[in-house]
Amino acid sequence: MTFQGKPKFRHPSIPTNTLGFTRRDYEGSMSTLCAGCGHDSITAAIVHACFELALPPHRVAKLSGIGCSSKTPTYMLGQSHGFNSVHGRMPSVLTGAYLANRELAYLGVSGDGDTASIGLGQFCHVMRRGVRMVYIVENNGVYGLTKGQFSATADRGSKSKKGARAADEPIDLAALAIQLGATFVARSFSGDKGQLVPLLKAAFGHRGAAFIDVISPCVTFNNHEGSTKSYDYVREHNIAVSALDFITGREPIEIDYAEGAALAVTMHDGATIHLRKLDAEHDFSDRAAALTLLERCRETGEIPTGLLYLDDDVEELHDTLGTTARPLNALTEAELCPGAKALEAINRGLR
Amino acid sequence: MRATDVKNPDYFHRVIDCQWACPAHTPVPEYIRRIAQGDYQGAYLINWKSNVFPGILGRTCDRPCEPACRRGRLEEQPVAICRLKRVAADLKDDIAGLLPKAPRDKNGKRVACVGAGPASLTVARDLAAIGYEVVVFDSDSRAGGMMRSQIPKFRLPDEVIDEEVGYALSTGATFVAARRIASLRALIAEGYDAIFVGCGAPHGRDLAIPGRGEAARNVRIGIEWLASVFFGHTHTIGRRVVVLGGGNTAMDCCRSARRLGGEEVKVVVRSGYAEMKASAWEKEDAVHEGVEILNWLVPKAFTHEAGKLTGVTFERVRPVKDEHGRRQLVAAGEPDVQIPCDDVLIAVGQENAFPWIEADLGIKLNRSGYPAIDPTTFASSLPGVFFGGDAAFGPKNIITAVAHGHEAAISIDAFCHGRSLRDRPPPMTNLVSQKMGLHEWSYDHAITLDRRHVVPQVERAAALRNLRTEVELGFSLEQALGEARRCLNCDVQTVFSAPACIECDACVDICPIDCISFVPNAPEDEVRRSLNAPAVNLDQPILVSEPVKSLKVMVKDEDLCLHCGLCADRCPTGAWDMEKYTIEMAQAGHPCRSKQPTIS
Repeated sequence: MTFQGKPKFRHPSIPTNTLGFTRRDYEGSMSTLCAGCGHDSITAAIVHACFELALPPHRVAKLSGIGCSSKTPTYMLGQSHGFNSVHGRMPSVLTGAYLANRELAYLGVSGDGDTASIGLGQFCHVMRRGVRMVYIVENNGVYGLTKGQFSATADRGSKSKKGARAADEPIDLAALAIQLGATFVARSFSGDKGQLVPLLKAAFGHRGAAFIDVISPCVTFNNHEGSTKSYDYVREHNIAVSALDFITGREPIEIDYAEGAALAVTMHDGATIHLRKLDAEHDFSDRAAALTLLERCRETGEIPTGLLYLDDDVEELHDTLGTTARPLNALTEAELCPGAKALEAINRGLR
Repeated sequence: MRATDVKNPDYFHRVIDCQWACPAHTPVPEYIRRIAQGDYQGAYLINWKSNVFPGILGRTCDRPCEPACRRGRLEEQPVAICRLKRVAADLKDDIAGLLPKAPRDKNGKRVACVGAGPASLTVARDLAAIGYEVVVFDSDSRAGGMMRSQIPKFRLPDEVIDEEVGYALSTGATFVAARRIASLRALIAEGYDAIFVGCGAPHGRDLAIPGRGEAARNVRIGIEWLASVFFGHTHTIGRRVVVLGGGNTAMDCCRSARRLGGEEVKVVVRSGYAEMKASAWEKEDAVHEGVEILNWLVPKAFTHEAGKLTGVTFERVRPVKDEHGRRQLVAAGEPDVQIPCDDVLIAVGQENAFPWIEADLGIKLNRSGYPAIDPTTFASSLPGVFFGGDAAFGPKNIITAVAHGHEAAISIDAFCHGRSLRDRPPPMTNLVSQKMGLHEWSYDHAITLDRRHVVPQVERAAALRNLRTEVELGFSLEQALGEARRCLNCDVQTVFSAPACIECDACVDICPIDCISFVPNAPEDEVRRSLNAPAVNLDQPILVSEPVKSLKVMVKDEDLCLHCGLCADRCPTGAWDMEKYTIEMAQAGHPCRSKQPTIS
């Protein structure tokens, strides 16, 4: 860990976004993770994405559970709302917050332990319900805080730092998310910001449950020969199935694509995802195809990255519950306590 | 691009902007760190070795280091390097016992230095300390040259000159006072092995405009007037004074005039305020003392009545660019300006003058009619006769004269030992890791946001009462420590090893000013554009690594690096390291002559 704060000096020509903020304004306090941790790169990617989207920092809520990954919200978005919840229980807290105020942008940050082990049930249900959020798993395949035991996402046959072999079948969180109804599912790598930042931006623009599984090497316990989540292994086995550019309605589109190479998906708020298919076979709107792709790659040992599945025709939690469009804290007393007559009407309806 | 060759002594030297810009290449960050550690003696000796006159330069240097300071590119003001030098001089203990002494056994070579200014004294110090018998001649009774005769005492007290001139001569040189060298031929005939000419540019330029002769009694040449003031021959000046010229001599003249009774002192300059040759701080000090600076006025005539000066007539001009893009002054077409005054001081430049060098000695002249001097060896065309300081290439400043002195001493040493003057000894360099432990560095790497501290001054009325009251009080210890912390330690280099890099991006993410990028290799202009923060300052080098595993290259733009060490702090594999680069320019006399390497 680093004891020194990051100097306040910034590059004199550092760009500002439409809110007049620089990227540095989206940073948090100094990371206490190990030097070289993939999680810090993901933090930097989130900072980049929020800066480029010009999200007002006070309109973002960042929530996490327990673990190395769950510490990272401290290191980003220092001006945003934050909640560090119980181990594996971030999805419930996030759901509650989202029910209370749908106007904030929700960012759930979790790890493979927090999500695939202790919080697996919570993970499944938050995906099923279609909570509008960006759910990131910083996936390193080990329990870093307890000195590197395999987690539930460690690939069968991979080796621990001490040489032990992972014997259990791994949980593929991306496949699980697709099965359980997440409508934006992607996988990426902490060492590839060129891919991760646009994915994050698109996920923030998505109107439903967006899940990104980010492989994030643990430099201390899982970056050796025999690991399948080391920097070297992921670089060698990474196959990008798609590349995308996320373009908000405000910015001019400057990129030219060869005809047919890009697929434009217009989001509900006028933003566009320009998706380039790098794997010609893959159909991103087909759930079965996405699952097949993951299964095929599991067999070949490849790591498919990029956007895997997208369904923009979303029915999210507030739609199904028919809840109020306004945040609860903006409702007046008259609306919250409609009086005896209203109660009577409700009771009558339930008889 | 090819990977940067950091073994070239110049690469890391360039990163230390202040040291690179200093003519004598004084290791600035190192002595500032010593001040911060309370080692004033060490800080002073580092300076003394490199620039010979730390206390004098700490008050009067032209400070080429400060405009170069990296801090000045990150915020408005550079580190007050010059005034920190003075702190080292002010706070040190007695250092006389630590200075080198002449060896008991001399090497039998005799060297004469003409003039006892900074260049000559540097030659004398360097050579006497390695066994030369050096004699320094000056027409004045005390050594110091123009440092003594032209810089006002309220900027540079005599005691400081006495002390440091004394240190320079303490290595064994002999000073011969009050002997003006009237003939180079006669001096050569005295049988010296080498002669160094460091007599300065003693001739103040005059203005041949109407009325100059008639008003002569009240029109004086600036540098001559300053000398007569400081040697106690002149005590008063008229109430209204006009100073002609916009350089530092003009500033010294007007501020001195304010102290001798000048109440309405005006500096009148041909150019605009910003283009004036005087240093910004000297202009500010003059204005602060109530001097008025008038620009875009060219003197046309001195007006007089019955042999007494009544004023100066000026023509108003404005600048235009000619077809070569050079600035020309043309008449603005407005009525002339008449400024009434009692005295005029002319400070429009200085020239070399060598009436004592016989034309038939064989010293070749250049186009301007002055001796042609080799800019590397400082040799004239007459073997054994060397020039330095203002005498070599015209008026510059003290620190340049010192730098000339060191180089000339190397040449004289080579000449006296029959070696080629072209073989210049290389600098001594060293690169040492500053890592003390996990996340611990042996230098103060935290970056302070303090703005430049202002040097306290004597209250204005008191300053103007006495010609010898030093205006600047120097930093207090607290201010000095605050100012020292502003130094970015640019000599602690970011050293990168490509084979150790695992491309985790930790350095890229943590760098506060985005100076590190991993990009595909390309020609330099493309690389510079492709960085996270494009490297637009072409004066600053970029550090390019060998390819890393992904075949990208690491490129670091040196321009704005804070040397905070966070890249090395966050690097899991030690691919980055903070290493202190020491570079000491060679001086005459290598400890082991037979092993002395050469650069051809």
